[in-house]
Amino acid sequence: MLGRTLREVSTALKQGHITPTELCQKCLSLIKKTKFLNAYITVSEEVALKQAEESEKRYKKGHSLGDLDGIPVAVKDNFSTSSIETTCASNMLKGYVPPYNATVVQKLLDKGAVLMGKTNLDEFAMGSGSTDGVFGPVKNPWSYSKQYREKRKQKAHGENEDSNWLITGGSSGGSAAAVAAFTCFAALGSDTGGSTRNPAAHCGVVGFKPSYGLVSRHGLIPLVNSMDVPGILTRCVDDAAIVLGMLAGHDPKDSTTIQDPVKPFTLPTSADVNKLCIGIPKEYLAPELSSEVRSFWSKAANLFESEGAKVIEVSLPHTSYSIVCYHVLCTSEVASNMARFDGLEYGHRCDINVSTEAMYAATRREGFNDVVRGRILSGNFFLLKENYENYFIKAQKVRRLIANDFVNVFNSGVDVLLTPTTLSEAVPYLEFIKEDNRTRSAQDDIFTQAVNMAGENLTSAIPEPHAKEPEQLHVTSFSYLPMTNELAGIIETFVVT
Amino acid sequence: MWARAVKLGLRSWVGWRRGFTSKVDPQRSGRVTAEVIEHMERLALVDFGSQEAVARLEKAIAFADRLRAVDTDGVEPMESVLEDRCLYLRSDNVVEGNCAEELLQNAHRVVEEYFVAPPGNISLPKQDEQEPFSHI
Repeated sequence: MLGRTLREVSTALKQGHITPTELCQKCLSLIKKTKFLNAYITVSEEVALKQAEESEKRYKKGHSLGDLDGIPVAVKDNFSTSSIETTCASNMLKGYVPPYNATVVQKLLDKGAVLMGKTNLDEFAMGSGSTDGVFGPVKNPWSYSKQYREKRKQKAHGENEDSNWLITGGSSGGSAAAVAAFTCFAALGSDTGGSTRNPAAHCGVVGFKPSYGLVSRHGLIPLVNSMDVPGILTRCVDDAAIVLGMLAGHDPKDSTTIQDPVKPFTLPTSADVNKLCIGIPKEYLAPELSSEVRSFWSKAANLFESEGAKVIEVSLPHTSYSIVCYHVLCTSEVASNMARFDGLEYGHRCDINVSTEAMYAATRREGFNDVVRGRILSGNFFLLKENYENYFIKAQKVRRLIANDFVNVFNSGVDVLLTPTTLSEAVPYLEFIKEDNRTRSAQDDIFTQAVNMAGENLTSAIPEPHAKEPEQLHVTSFSYLPMTNELAGIIETFVVT
Repeated sequence: MWARAVKLGLRSWVGWRRGFTSKVDPQRSGRVTAEVIEHMERLALVDFGSQEAVARLEKAIAFADRLRAVDTDGVEPMESVLEDRCLYLRSDNVVEGNCAEELLQNAHRVVEEYFVAPPGNISLPKQDEQEPFSHI
């Protein structure tokens, strides 16, 4: 039952094959069994059981709230959840209990979803491994798959069973692991530079990044205001579409959400890719790309071609600069956003009372880890008066060039872009930590962040079925048209795969 | 009593900064000079903490320097991908609020309906200054 899709389980609930309480308890017990994955920071057991009970009452009366009623979901711990601790995996917010729900969380709850808990992440969503939070790293469930264990046995004998576990990718690693381990049917992540798609790729689940402005950021503790979006992690594309349908739309509490009405939609059951034009950006053929990912990428392109789609090579000329541009803009906005953590109104506060400045400085030193401090300092450097023009403004100009690259490609008749999500499959933790966070982020975000800067792109990572280990592809489409059309390109592509 | 605890706390921090920057290699070609370090620590209210952090910043700057190779003549900076749209403005009516109690619950130090802060307008000690409050 837990391995089913959201839609299947929802049908089972509606038909009475299982009750929300039973489902909730199964998930809770699986969460306990998979505690070693460290996917959850907080498991909201009582809240979940209460929500499940209410859902059951609704089903009994025949008043279910829809497809999400009674469905266990998890939420990344940088979304504010009323009365449930929200830490962002940082000492700065340990013990912080928000007085309100993030809009996306509220929407899920309003549709009857059952909140299993808050998932683990890199501290303040900064990182690409989910290894740098204060609650420890998240382990990829695939580390315990038969295939991987056999591969490890062949390689090294007498090695400690658990020493070579794989990372989940990040920063929404906890959400991805929670979904991949069947402890919930959907999870919320956040995506600033790939933080939903990267762990989705490494954990073999679907990671969906909506276009900027489609889903409300109210209640998502901000990293980069101009690029953050809530992300959706599920086990299949259809499930992601269901969740997106519930979350998309204008929110008066987030003025960066677009005001265009969002029409309800469903994915077609059969796909016709004859009219689809798929672009393969040549600059994404990076030398560091692993041979497995490269071959999977070709395989997917060939598959589409054999089904009748037109597959052409396209160019995004500024690709090689996008990671640098992202790095400057991200650290600059981070420097600004992290300024709110001063210990006065919420969060950690140290004991120094000499002066406000001394108290702020010590609080921030104690509350933030090296990664966060490093980004704040980098951002502040780029924002110094003497550097502002040469770094920050320059990066904003390059951002426009990158966004224009995408506009030009999509204006030339291409409907979707097909690219890898990551350079290689998930690596072992011991290997990942050999480089620092900034280096890793620069390497791992290479395919994903350009789309965050262009903003108007819908992106997702789709797992290859039957893969030995999760391999992922990235499908990007673009449109200024209302949402149904935006998804059109994706829909057909997904169903074919 | 509190003054001594404070002195100890500050002393270790100030001591680090003194010791650390005196070891700064004068021949380091980096942009992150001792002056810049001090300036940034004051602005960001986040300290570097170690030589490694400075080295990391230098690497980050070197990485960002790659942007110079891009020709951006005549290109306008892009602040938001939604620049072609009008920002939503709601009408100026009070629809929520009155939740002072809830908001104060998350603060460590509160007096009635006030957040309590240490005295302001006192700058962080400079590196070459004597320890503050040593006369206390």
